[in-house]
Amino acid sequence: MNMLSEHLLLLAIATPFLVAVAIFAGLPKRYSVKLSYLGFGVPALISLYLWRVLPADLGGHYAYLARYDTGLSVLGIKLTLGLNGISLPLFVLAGVVGLAAGLYAIQSGAERLKIYLALLLVMQSGLIGAFASVDVFFFYFFHELAVIPTFIMVGIWGGRDRSYAAMKLTIYLTLGAMLSLIGLILVYAQSQAGSFNLIELRQTLLAEPLSITVQKYGFGLLMFGFGILVSLWPFHTWAPLGYGAAPSSAAMLHAGVLKKFGLYGLVQIALPLLPLGAAQWSGVLSVLALGNILVIGFVTLAQRDLKQVVGYGSVMHMGYAFLGVATLSVVGAGGVVLMMVGHGLSVALLFLLSTSVHHRTQTFDLSEMGGLAQKAPVLAAFFVAATMASIGLPGLANFWGELTIFVAVWKSSPWLAAGAVAGVVITAIYALRATASVFFGSPSEAFAKVAAQTPPVDLRWSEKVPALILLVMLLVIGFWPKSLSTPLNSALQAIYPAMSALPPEIARK
Amino acid sequence: MNLDLLQAAAADNRWVAILPELLLGCLALLLLVLEIVLPKKQHGIIPTFSIVGQLGILVGTLVNFRTEFIGQETFNGLLYHSMSGQFLRVFFLLTSILVSILGVVSLAKQKMPRVEFFNIVLVVSAAMMLLVQSHHFVMLFVALETVTIGFYILVSYYRTNPLSLEAGLKYLVMGALSSAILLFGIVFLYGVVGNPALAASGVARGSMDFTSIREFLAAHPDHFLAKGGILFVLAGVAFKIGTVPFQIWVPDVDQGAPTPVTAFLAVGSKAAGFGVLMVLAYTFGAYQGLVVPVLSVMAAATILFGNIAALTQYNVKRLIGLSGVSHAGYLLLGVIASYSDPLAPSAVYFYLFTYLIASFAVFAVMTHVSGDDDTDQELENYADLVKTHPFLATILAIGLGSLAGIPPLAGFIGKLMIFLAAYHAGLWALLGIAIVGVVISIYYYFGWIKAAFFPSWRLPVPATEPTPVLPRTPVGVMAGVAMVTLAVASVVLGFYQGPLVEWLALR
Repeated sequence: MNMLSEHLLLLAIATPFLVAVAIFAGLPKRYSVKLSYLGFGVPALISLYLWRVLPADLGGHYAYLARYDTGLSVLGIKLTLGLNGISLPLFVLAGVVGLAAGLYAIQSGAERLKIYLALLLVMQSGLIGAFASVDVFFFYFFHELAVIPTFIMVGIWGGRDRSYAAMKLTIYLTLGAMLSLIGLILVYAQSQAGSFNLIELRQTLLAEPLSITVQKYGFGLLMFGFGILVSLWPFHTWAPLGYGAAPSSAAMLHAGVLKKFGLYGLVQIALPLLPLGAAQWSGVLSVLALGNILVIGFVTLAQRDLKQVVGYGSVMHMGYAFLGVATLSVVGAGGVVLMMVGHGLSVALLFLLSTSVHHRTQTFDLSEMGGLAQKAPVLAAFFVAATMASIGLPGLANFWGELTIFVAVWKSSPWLAAGAVAGVVITAIYALRATASVFFGSPSEAFAKVAAQTPPVDLRWSEKVPALILLVMLLVIGFWPKSLSTPLNSALQAIYPAMSALPPEIARK
Repeated sequence: MNLDLLQAAAADNRWVAILPELLLGCLALLLLVLEIVLPKKQHGIIPTFSIVGQLGILVGTLVNFRTEFIGQETFNGLLYHSMSGQFLRVFFLLTSILVSILGVVSLAKQKMPRVEFFNIVLVVSAAMMLLVQSHHFVMLFVALETVTIGFYILVSYYRTNPLSLEAGLKYLVMGALSSAILLFGIVFLYGVVGNPALAASGVARGSMDFTSIREFLAAHPDHFLAKGGILFVLAGVAFKIGTVPFQIWVPDVDQGAPTPVTAFLAVGSKAAGFGVLMVLAYTFGAYQGLVVPVLSVMAAATILFGNIAALTQYNVKRLIGLSGVSHAGYLLLGVIASYSDPLAPSAVYFYLFTYLIASFAVFAVMTHVSGDDDTDQELENYADLVKTHPFLATILAIGLGSLAGIPPLAGFIGKLMIFLAAYHAGLWALLGIAIVGVVISIYYYFGWIKAAFFPSWRLPVPATEPTPVLPRTPVGVMAGVAMVTLAVASVVLGFYQGPLVEWLALR
């Protein structure tokens, strides 16, 4: 048992990966599907178990720390796994959304299902690994492991414009990843730690912080690099296009979990290690974040396609997260992490349900739908709940994150807070309008024709189970945010001392 | 020179030190004997014999990896044996084995003599091994010419194909020019170092010996003629590795040459050039102030030119040739960094190794996809490869992914090590250019993957006409094993570099 718990995180990463390797190696379809349950289930179970048992007062320490030498130790790179209060919420998010996306994919009946599942499993392995890595190099490495399958999935199983979307996605995300890699190498090379290990880096930089110029360049690289990965305005155009074209499980995992990688990097690495650099960039970041909220908010209002509404909506919500980062405060960073979890769950649920809607209406065009609630009341109920979650209704997970961010933003600048709150109104308008035109009112002519040919059935169990998993998680965190926020707070308090110790003239800038 | 002196010199010839090269030469001769002895029907066994023989030599070299000669000079200072030399020996053995395997596949589609090809590959490999271990300009030039003359023949081996002949001619003219430039530089250095008026302590060893040149340059750090000599020598080497502005021959020769030879040029010849360049960079250490800016400008131009030129290619042989130019640029970063970062040489060798396994995976797929006309390999020939040949498509994706430097494949670790070395050396501008290059390269590598994987729309074929069948060779056992090994190595080296990195660092 001791042996098992020592390598628990490695097990969570390796299981999906090994299942994927087995499928690639030519496992028959029957066993492939069965093993896939294992591949998606094991990380989810481990993440829930760790959520339950992880001590709430870890502070700056990591639990379940394990080191493995992969042969790059000359360069100070070692596979180091561990969880702290910041990575735990995202680790849980990855496990749960991965399970839901996996279950949805298994029943999706996609062409060449085996390969599809195998790619999703590789992606899941990368996601779990990215959030469990204490080594900055492996953090990046696992992200790439997760992002590569999305290019292939968009290209092969994608919908409209898949070829163009796949290419655009690849080039944008590679650019973002390269910029952030250079930023990470800069931090590594300039600190005298000689190690990519986050713990050692933090200790070294606490003792001898980098010069303000280096911090400025470092944070700039990380901000734009990670920002492109998180669809920071105006580098967001890949996101709605990519999500529009991606098959639903890939979109769930990418928008729900993978996109959080950049924000997680900012909160876990960039802010604590480069506080002076962050202080210099925070003004720029706030403006860009407002661009996300307001510009993309209005763009979303103009969308007439359900998947585009969800896609643009998800880009818009990232603005709140960037605002939280730009406050440079423990409260703001905590809000970002909570919001990532809530948003990840709700956007994954929305992508899942949009695909279910598409199965019944044969279209994503909002003007060719209507009145679906009468034919499929359960689907409608789920969709309304997911919409409410994304608007930020109390009782669902998103509320806590957004509330915390607003508090933090209000403290730093009431004007910014006013802009952010205006975004909530925009969200409410487009989300409710989309819900209304899909489910309520009288059916459009086009939909009536489709419904006459193939009468829409209500949500099947194969769709209900993954949707239920996500909804239950939204509710659990909505009613019991403490389970995540306590360890989160203790970690942030411990690793963000540099913030409060800022020289006042810089802190004010 | 009297007899005693000759005898003393002969006593220093320790033939065991170059056993791998000698064995390769013997194997080459043996192939010719076999061709005469064996009846014509059984000539098919000769390539297999060659490959098995090379595998034997490879195992022997690996077993005796740490020979007693490391750190020593042999043959009166003509050769210097080092760990990097040992590594490159293994590298060239692997290259020639893989080229031979591809040759078996490719030659089967042509009506060409079968034996000479393998014979020349062996000789060229042996010459490359000697080239990177040479410690004397005479040795260097003789080995280099042996390599180049071998390539003249190999490039135009498919002599019924006009493009192959054209490539041969181009390579001949360009090769002769570069040899002349190199020789010009050598003569400059020879003249300067051997000048009795400027005599330095090392001249007793002869004025073409690398040690004496290094010592002379250190003693005269600002000599005009020496600068000229260094520039010409670097230009001559730059021709061989195909860096801007000496890259003009690359796309045409790479397209015209038989695919296995293109692979040999792209990997073997390039590695040999870099092996020499590493030695020369050390020898010219005192002239850093000259070498570094020259190589930096070259690296920047090479990365940008290679990537941008590859963007517009539809012929995959030209594409991979030009992408190879950009890889030479990344490698130059490592060479420049080697002046200030002790880890940079191991980064260069690791990068070369990952480049070898990734490139050969791609070239192996290319040999199988190509038809009767070896020069006609377009991107559109790869349509639906994943449906008809999922195995080849997977190998192709892994190879190209690794070349593009996408994690978790080996190529990424190679790039990372080069970039880290460049970082430590403070080459900020070059690093920025390299990043731009990597992002550009995603477009064409990914475009190739797209051609093979993503469903594409084509003109519907009328039912009366037979659907055109693209010529694709079925995968044989030997090539299959090689491809699986290369792909697995590309993946595993991405996750676990094991002792390889440390072993390369231990020099």
